Amino acid sequence: MITLDGLRKAYGPRSVLDGVSLALAPGRITALVGPNGSGKTTLIKCLLGLARPDAGRILLDGVAIDAAGAYRARIGYAPQAPHFPANLAVGEVFAMLRALRPGATIDEGLLESFGLRAEWGTPVGTLSGGWRQKVSLAAAWLFRPDVLILDEPTAGLDPIAAGLFKHALRGARSDGRTVCITSHILSELEEFADDVAFLNEGRLRFAGPVHALLEETGMRRLEPAIAALLRGLRVEQGGVGAVA
Amino acid sequence: MSAVALVLRAGARDLARNRWLLAYGLGLAGVAELLFLFGGAGNQVVLSLLNATLLLVPLVALVFGTMHVYASREFIELLLAQPLARPAVFTGLYLGLALPLTAAFLLGIGVPLLLHGAAAEAPRAALVALAAGGVFLTATFSALAMAIALGTDDRLKGMSLSLAAWFLLTIGYDGGVLAVVSLFGNWPLERPLLGLMLGNPVDLARVLVLTSLDASALLGYTGALFRRAFGSAVGPLIALAALSLWCALPVSLARRRFVRRDF
Repeated sequence: MITLDGLRKAYGPRSVLDGVSLALAPGRITALVGPNGSGKTTLIKCLLGLARPDAGRILLDGVAIDAAGAYRARIGYAPQAPHFPANLAVGEVFAMLRALRPGATIDEGLLESFGLRAEWGTPVGTLSGGWRQKVSLAAAWLFRPDVLILDEPTAGLDPIAAGLFKHALRGARSDGRTVCITSHILSELEEFADDVAFLNEGRLRFAGPVHALLEETGMRRLEPAIAALLRGLRVEQGGVGAVA
Repeated sequence: MSAVALVLRAGARDLARNRWLLAYGLGLAGVAELLFLFGGAGNQVVLSLLNATLLLVPLVALVFGTMHVYASREFIELLLAQPLARPAVFTGLYLGLALPLTAAFLLGIGVPLLLHGAAAEAPRAALVALAAGGVFLTATFSALAMAIALGTDDRLKGMSLSLAAWFLLTIGYDGGVLAVVSLFGNWPLERPLLGLMLGNPVDLARVLVLTSLDASALLGYTGALFRRAFGSAVGPLIALAALSLWCALPVSLARRRFVRRDF
């Protein structure tokens, strides 16, 4: 269970997270959605300790995360645009990651199903975007983490790889792990998301089960439901131009 | 292996296969070869190599280092998402940049010197001083590159700052010293000039080599002053101490930025 409590973060004068409180439950997949620049990536970076919130707390199973970062042993992270040292081979990247966490449980399921062994000697710099994404996802899965944080995980994946990924994702859910995923492809999120957290301009505008969002907005699909939420916000904020 | 050693090994492996780094080492070797073709004796080659080192090593360390940090941005984020403490990641990344650059420098100038037997001709102290000067310059300027690149996300600005730092510390500083000498030539300038020299790692590296080469005529104004003030035994030691301090400064600045900043 991850709990965010009153998270605030500003970059200079620009407020990116404006008091976000949210709970991510184990055994559920939470879709973190919102327009570009709504604070999704900043929220993820705060969770990982890459960025430090100006105010608020982050708790992992009730314990505040520490600056030294030992808690990150429980987290698997796949960034939005993964890049590894260009001249390292795929196998060398995995060997390094494993050496950094000696004694950790190893789960090479996703690595095997993506067929990464066939690219073991290939320099990462020569891989296509989709293959880099596969390396990044397999690395996130590698230590069987309690928490998976995935930023745009399906971008660049071919349909077969995307299918394998979704299979692994459902496996993680049934294992009782906490999954947080961002994507702009709402139709895809609909396939596996249990909960939705909707961010707009740094504020959490909805958090709850997908079906609750659909009921609240009177829509049958995620995409029009989110659009309805956004429209509602713009009307609320006034300004005729903003409605369009 | 410790986290520092693992990050260092990954960085060093990556750079050992980097084409630009290979070009740097070969370029230095080419310069040395040319100097032997046209120059001749060991002493003169060491002197000319010194001048090439003083200009090229800071330039390459700054430009290559800045580019490297920007190119490693996503990899740094991946490392920081692992259960590692930031200071350890910084040390690994810094050594992973500075050590391959140092190796390229030492091999680039070392192999031609050994092949031509200049090691036997030139005074050993001068060769050691040249190597030490280059190593310190590499360590100092690659740390400065990291401090600059970690200080701004604007790559163009970072690169411009790096080039400006190179210009100021290599060419600009000498010009400034000359201007001071010619403007205030009627005053006793010994002490302020010694201070000025200690304030620039490039000058220090030059003095380190020249005092050990026994080439008084080439010491220049500040170099001669330096030798008179400290003597040829203590002089190089003082220069080395000042170079170490100069190296520690950008390293601690870069480390501080790395530990504190948001990624």
